[in-house]
Amino acid sequence: MSSLYLDFIRIRFLTMLAYRVNYYSGILVYTLNIGVYYFTWQAIYGGKEQIAGFTAAQMTTYVAVSWMARAFYFNNLDREIATEIRDGTIAIQFIRPYNYLLVKMMQGFGEGIFRFTMFMIPGMIIAVLLFPVQLPTSPVSWIGFLVMLFFSFLINSQINILIGLMAFFIENNDGLMRMKRVVVDLFSGLLIPISFFPGWLTSIMNFLPFQAITYLPGSVFTGRVQGTGILEVLGIQVIWFLILLIPIYFTWRAARVRLFVQGG
Amino acid sequence: MYYLGLIWEYFTNYVKTRLTYRADFWVEVISDLLFQATNLIFIFVVFAHTETLGGFTEAEVVFVYGYFMVPYGLYSCFINLWNFGDRYIVKGEMDRILTRPAHSLFQIFLENLDPPSLIGSVIGIIIMIWSGGQLGLEMEWWYIPVLIIMTIGSTLIYAGIYIILTSVSFYSDSPTGIIPLMVNIQTYGRYPITIYNRAIQIILTWVLPFAFVGIYPAALFLQRQEMMAMAWLTPVMGIVFFTASLLLWNSGVKRYRGAGS
Repeated sequence: MSSLYLDFIRIRFLTMLAYRVNYYSGILVYTLNIGVYYFTWQAIYGGKEQIAGFTAAQMTTYVAVSWMARAFYFNNLDREIATEIRDGTIAIQFIRPYNYLLVKMMQGFGEGIFRFTMFMIPGMIIAVLLFPVQLPTSPVSWIGFLVMLFFSFLINSQINILIGLMAFFIENNDGLMRMKRVVVDLFSGLLIPISFFPGWLTSIMNFLPFQAITYLPGSVFTGRVQGTGILEVLGIQVIWFLILLIPIYFTWRAARVRLFVQGG
Repeated sequence: MYYLGLIWEYFTNYVKTRLTYRADFWVEVISDLLFQATNLIFIFVVFAHTETLGGFTEAEVVFVYGYFMVPYGLYSCFINLWNFGDRYIVKGEMDRILTRPAHSLFQIFLENLDPPSLIGSVIGIIIMIWSGGQLGLEMEWWYIPVLIIMTIGSTLIYAGIYIILTSVSFYSDSPTGIIPLMVNIQTYGRYPITIYNRAIQIILTWVLPFAFVGIYPAALFLQRQEMMAMAWLTPVMGIVFFTASLLLWNSGVKRYRGAGS
């Protein structure tokens, strides 16, 4: 049984590999993103040592690792699920002897492995060469970061699955998917670290799952969180992973009852 | 005249389909506005930590943002190429387009008309008036005609960039996936370009000239002498990029062979 799911990872990885040329342009674009934010933050710091708990050097590292983490965890599961619901192929998925959502997760992970090796790692190497990025020195930070990166992927994919399943309830959820992308980029701390926001907004964000996607792993990578603190922020991710299983379960259950295939 | 009639026909058709999915309409409007709001939030948060950015104050950067929203709204309303590769190449809908007499690009624009985006343009004008007021800008007689010229120039640049990127679908078999990557880059032309290093300035001015859809033309209204020359280049760049994109598109269409489905 488990080999069935492993095969989904493998197949998606190989599919992505066939399109690897596209990702070379992706690396360039992400490097440009890092460059723009690097210079913007340089201008904002202007000589100030520290803003909102970030030194200028930590900010550079944070920007680089956040964008490259996004290169890894990003996927289009929401779009894939919504398309399958809209064109009716979901009906076939229902009668197959596997759990559809788990298969989606595995396909996402296959894409993730591809993105990690062909996109994130080369991108990170270029970023380190071009910008004054400081890599963590302690092995604990490295291990902590990599584990947290995996949870970033899980949580981001869970949110994608949830948004994709909304297509069961609203026929055209393009707007919702776009909204989600914007919210994730802003509230995860990709564009601005959470601690830069005004106090009241920071406290709201601390109660949302998005910070677990970028901000928390980024904090470990920049060395702002160290030692046992890593376990604490990892704990927040694990809790969000578990909490998000609940709405997915109930949405999926409600969705199966609601399913009607439009033509097809 | 024939083309004007087509615009009207497609528009009434659009209204009819939209009325069947009313909830989606509002979700779309709200998601558009939310996207703009996050960019404004970025500006506000940044200026909570610094007085100026590259010599521009908060009100000036907000003004530039307001300007950006005007051509962006127009662009999103009339030119929507997001799903081109999937819908027209992979699914073969391009065959249907090519059997009709009107220009292929024109038909594709009309099939993907998105009038709610114009709300963004209106909000952009409101933001310009509001932040202009904060800056104590006097309304001068030439503002409106110049705004119209600059907006057309910026919209043409935007259209040109995306038509060029989309035309690549004709030359390469695999889906390129480069357009989604532009979402973030298009926002960078809105910040004072002098904060970037030379390489990024050149990219944003000549390669992916998003600076002409933001800082350069807006600097004209802010009376920034250092960017005057670039501001007046906006309509020129618009015509150059749009013409180039049309040529690339037309020769791309000749190569189109259909997906065989």
